[in-house]
Amino acid sequence: MNDLILPLHRLVDMGMTMAEELGTPEIILAAVFYVFAGISVLGALGVVLGRNIVHSALCLTASFIGIGCLYIFLSADFLGAVQFLVYGGAVAILIVMAIMLTRREDMAHSNPSRSILHQLAALVIAGLFLLTMAAVALMSPFQAAPTDFGDTVTGIADLMLTKYVLPFEIVAVLLLIAMIGAIILAKGVDES
Amino acid sequence: MMSFVEMMHLALHVGLPHFLLLSAVLFAIGLFGLFTKKGIIAVLMCIELMLNAVNINFIAFNHYMPVTDLSGQLMALFSIAVAAAEVAIGLALAFRIYHDHHTVNVDDLNHLKG
Repeated sequence: MNDLILPLHRLVDMGMTMAEELGTPEIILAAVFYVFAGISVLGALGVVLGRNIVHSALCLTASFIGIGCLYIFLSADFLGAVQFLVYGGAVAILIVMAIMLTRREDMAHSNPSRSILHQLAALVIAGLFLLTMAAVALMSPFQAAPTDFGDTVTGIADLMLTKYVLPFEIVAVLLLIAMIGAIILAKGVDES
Repeated sequence: MMSFVEMMHLALHVGLPHFLLLSAVLFAIGLFGLFTKKGIIAVLMCIELMLNAVNINFIAFNHYMPVTDLSGQLMALFSIAVAAAEVAIGLALAFRIYHDHHTVNVDDLNHLKG
């Protein structure tokens, strides 16, 4: 019995000393990060592995909301709000509407995957990509120096209407074109 | 080789590499889905996942790198706008294809394959 408890004690001791070294806020920040990162990754896995496309859409929304919380964690509060509104709201509803309009006979198998061979090939490609990116992320000597911008809305608005005014106008036109295009594609053109 | 304590120390000290790794994981999951899914809407959902992964990078770099303005966040905002336009067009196309061909399976839509 003692053999079992002793390593556990040692682990708890190690955790306590680490918590003292890091300070409590650091531990809380890490916990918050891992909770929301876990939600995003599990949601993403649900999208890919789910058999029912409605469940996949739900997982996708959960993933979007987890990512939005991470934006707020990165002190990008305006981007977090935009993420909740655009992805958690509009895109999620649009996808569910599209699923409803292209309804199949049985929803239980509405999200089929390719053969196991295809899946293996995709796994290899995605795994290689992940390894490369992980190597880059872990080995690059980033000179991290977090800057506190305070109120991000003012900063973004200033940039948007001065330095990036042309991209801003182009995006506005793009959204209008996309809206008209979507209506024409879905509704069809009146020939008369 | 790092000791276990050092690794735990690194893992608990949240910084730029954590966000880059998370973004790489999300992008890889999206890439896997893009290659394996058969339905058009599922493929679009995977593309959305990949776009979100890229946005995390923009915002994480903007937060952790020594920059003077919020250009990274603004790029993420433009990216979100373009992604919204893309998903609107993509889903309208999916609806149109379903309307004309009564299928959303990408394997059945290979008329351009000679």
